[in-house]
Order: sequence, then structure tokens, then C-alpha cells
Amino acid sequence: MPKGTKLALILGAIPFLTLVFALPLVNRIHPVILGLPFLLFWILAWVMLTPVLLFAAYKLEKKYNPPQEGEDR
Amino acid sequence: MNSALIIILAAILISAGVGIFAGRKMKMNLENWTVGGRRFGVVLIWLLMAGEIYTTFTFLGASGWAYSKGGPTYYILIYGTLAYSLSFFILPLLWKIGKKHGLHTQPDFFVHRYNSRALGIFVALIGVFSIIPYLQLQLAGLGFIVEVASNGAVSSKAAILLSFILTCAFVYTSGIRGAAWVAVIKDILMLLAVGIVGIGVPAIYFGGIDKMFALLIEKMPQHLVFPGSGGHMNVWWVMSTVLLTGLGFYMWPHVFGSAFSAKSAETIKRNAIIMPLYQIPILLVFFVGFTALLVIPGLENGDTAFLSLVNKAYPPWFMGFVGAAGAVTAMVPSAILVLFASTLISKNIYKGFKPGASDETVMRLSRIMVLVITTVALIFAVLLPNELVNLLILGYDGVCQFFPGVVLGLFWKRATKTGVFGGLVVGIGLVALLILTGNDPFLGLNAGFVGLCLNAVVVVALSLMEKKERRPEEPGLAAEKRI
Repeated sequence: MPKGTKLALILGAIPFLTLVFALPLVNRIHPVILGLPFLLFWILAWVMLTPVLLFAAYKLEKKYNPPQEGEDR
Repeated sequence: MNSALIIILAAILISAGVGIFAGRKMKMNLENWTVGGRRFGVVLIWLLMAGEIYTTFTFLGASGWAYSKGGPTYYILIYGTLAYSLSFFILPLLWKIGKKHGLHTQPDFFVHRYNSRALGIFVALIGVFSIIPYLQLQLAGLGFIVEVASNGAVSSKAAILLSFILTCAFVYTSGIRGAAWVAVIKDILMLLAVGIVGIGVPAIYFGGIDKMFALLIEKMPQHLVFPGSGGHMNVWWVMSTVLLTGLGFYMWPHVFGSAFSAKSAETIKRNAIIMPLYQIPILLVFFVGFTALLVIPGLENGDTAFLSLVNKAYPPWFMGFVGAAGAVTAMVPSAILVLFASTLISKNIYKGFKPGASDETVMRLSRIMVLVITTVALIFAVLLPNELVNLLILGYDGVCQFFPGVVLGLFWKRATKTGVFGGLVVGIGLVALLILTGNDPFLGLNAGFVGLCLNAVVVVALSLMEKKERRPEEPGLAAEKRI
């Protein structure tokens, strides 16, 4: 597996860790952050961070994976 | 004629007009009709996908769940995000294969990868049976929104008939391009409606979102976490449900098929990056449900929370605007559902039995099927409005069962058609059994998830049992090394 793909997969797995497997640990109301119950804040934060993670994955793939022939932009 | 009625009618007519106009200059062959000639850029793909994913359920169901179940409603924020993250890795590969081999539909992929028309027919049948209740749900939601928003001036049945006949018209003429352009209108209306109401009602009644939550935390803190007021919907149920729906999300035949309309694999990848941003409107819808719980507690049906609160807080013409947004929000996914159900029947079921059929015949049949499916869904919606809810759950759990066949098909050379057949039969059989015997959730887990796990095990086991040399050289994907 090319290095870029490997790094991208690691980043892509983060939402699964934080938004699925971490749920039993964050199922609570306090501390209230930005007026939101902690559980909702946690979920929202990772939803918003996912585009950032995926963008980083995209850049890493570009950087480390050799360009493929015949690729449409 | 009241103002609400005029706004709703105008929105429906303008949307249909745009949809019909969108396809005017295209020569309609199967390639242009189902996948828009594979020419959609990032913006149009984003609108199309958002158009089919954010349905009337976004308006009514998410606020209804926030109202009546509380915390478990957060699952909607999660599963979409998981699905987008996954799509970043899977859809570009599917797109490349689709482009290379001229695939139009999800069953096309199964036929190509597993070299089996029978598997294609089977997958198409499951797809069509899952789509019909989903379509009916859109119709029922549309009728309900328009009837309430127009204050009874338009009956639910009249609204369903009018908007659905128009939807049928633009699908017939313009195919997926029509749906994508109507999605532009839909998005503007829906974002405005949800934005105004979601930020508006907490401010009107409590002076802000934080104050609304402060009051809820004081009055009913347990409503805001899992399981909230959702009974069995504890954290384990939520985890199994978001995994199931997150993995199964792109397995809906119409969502899967839409990916083929992108102009490049790169477009799909960029789309996956920005899709999670579309979850923000859902958060606003939650705010409406939570506010309604404080302002108008005790509603019998939580799904009415959104509209009841809007009705209380805003003037009638604004209700008309929400009704218009709701109607168009139902039209876009309905259009895409009809389009793909029709294509599955003509391209994968009919042509599956008659491989010699020409593309022109398949195209003609697809268009006829648009009329047939529209009629069937209308009959269901008018005669049996409430009978299909269980079928919908079964449909969702059913399409999720495609996941092992697609993903193992992409990444594991040894996956065989026998394995996938077996996995589907066992997975769907188990889900149906659990649901029909009242065992969903099973041991606290979503029944669909239990089915999916067993399905994956069966696919792997049956594939491994097949002797390697017996299989002919796969024309399939794992063989395409570059991918």
C-alpha cells in the first residue's frame, strides 16, 4: 500500500474512533461547553473536524502517492 | 387563495419547470439520463447528493426525535459523517470502475465484479423493494407538510398528486440532470427555512440557544444524553446503529448510482471532504425539536413538533415558505428514487433476463417504468399511508447488506458470487426474522447490524471454501492492479 494511502486511512479512521467507539466515555452532560451538553458538543466537534481530517488525507495522498497515469485531474 | 398556498404552488411549479428545462438540449440516452453523461463537477455533485440525502425526514423526523427521544437523535449527525469519511476511500474507486466499464447502476457493479447477471437481478430486486417504501415515506411527508403549512387549504392527497406528477414529468424528460438542478432550489429553500427557524425559535422563546439548553439541562438533563427518552436506545444501540447506517449509507442504489455522475474520481473525493458540513442544518433542526419540547410539551406525535412550533412562532406566509421548502425537499429525493428504481428494473432486471436488449429499448423501458413506479407509489401513499413503515426499516437494513459484497469485491480478490449470494440471503433473512418476531433490538444491538455481521462472515467463509482454481480469471476489480 502506498504511504499516502496508509496515512489517509489512519486519518479516515479517526471519526470512527471518536464518533463510535468513544461514545460510552462521553455520554454525559457536564461540562457544558459553548452552551451545549458535553455529548452534543463532542459529536459536533468531530463532525466539524472530519472535513479537516479528510482534507489532510487528500493532501497526504497527493504528496506521497505517485501520480497515476491517465488520471483525470 | 391564502398567501401560504400561493408560495407553495409557486415553489412546486417553478421547481418542476427548472427540472424539465434542465434536460432540454440533451439527447437522452441511458448514459445522459441516469448518470448525466458523467459530467457533474464538485458543486453539482454536492447539491445532488445533499439533495437526495437530506429529505423530508430531515425536517420532520430529526426534530421529532429530538422532541420525543432526545439524545438518540444525535445518531443522525454521526452516521452521515462516518459515511462521508468512508466514501472518501470507496467512491473514487467505484467511479473509476464505473467509467472504465460504462456502469450506470449498483447492480451493474455486482454483475461486473462477480460476473453474474443473476446476482445483478437479485441485487436489483432488493434495491427496488427497498426504494418503494422510501419513496412512499417522501410522499407522505410531503403531503403532511403541505397540508399543515397551507392550514388545510391543500389536502395532503392533492399535494402529493400534483407535486408527484410534476416530479415524474421532469424525471421523464431530464433524468438525473433535472433532479440536480431542482436540488439547487431545494437547498436554498431548505437552508433558509432551517436556518431561520433553528436559530429563530430558541432566540424568540429563551433569548438564545445556550439559554434554551440551560433550561433543558435544569429541567430534564437525562433527555440530552443516551438513551434519553428513547427507551432501548442506549449507547450500545447507538453505536451499532451508526455503524450499520454509516456503512450502509452509500449502499442505497440511488446514492451509489449518483456517484457515477461525477466528472472524475477527484470530484468525488473533494465532495467527500465537504459533505460533513451539510450536517450543520441538522443540528439546527435538533434545536427546533428541543425548543418545542419546552414550549409545547405533550404533543402526541413528535413529528409534528417542527411545524407546530413554526405555526406558533411565525406568521402564516412563513408557514407557506416552510411548506414550499418541505415540498421541494421531498421532490428531489423522490425524483432520484424513481429514476434509479426505473433503471434497476429496465437495465438490471429486464436486461438481466434479455441480455440482447438494445440500449434504446432499455432507455424506453426506463421511462415507462417511471410512470409505473410513480403510479404504484401514489396508490400506496393514498390507500395505505401507514402500512409501509416496517417495510422501510427492513428496506434500510436490507440495502445495508450490500456492504460486504461491495467492499470485499473492491479490496479482496477471493470474494465470490456464491459468497455474496449466501451473505445477502443470510443477512436479510436474519434481519427479517428478528424484526418480524419483535427482536429488534437484539441483545441491545440494532438487528440490521447483527445481520450485517453474520452476512460478512458468510461471504468470507463461502468464498474461502471455493477452490481457487475453479474460478475463472475474474474480470473484476481486484484484478485491476492500479486501482
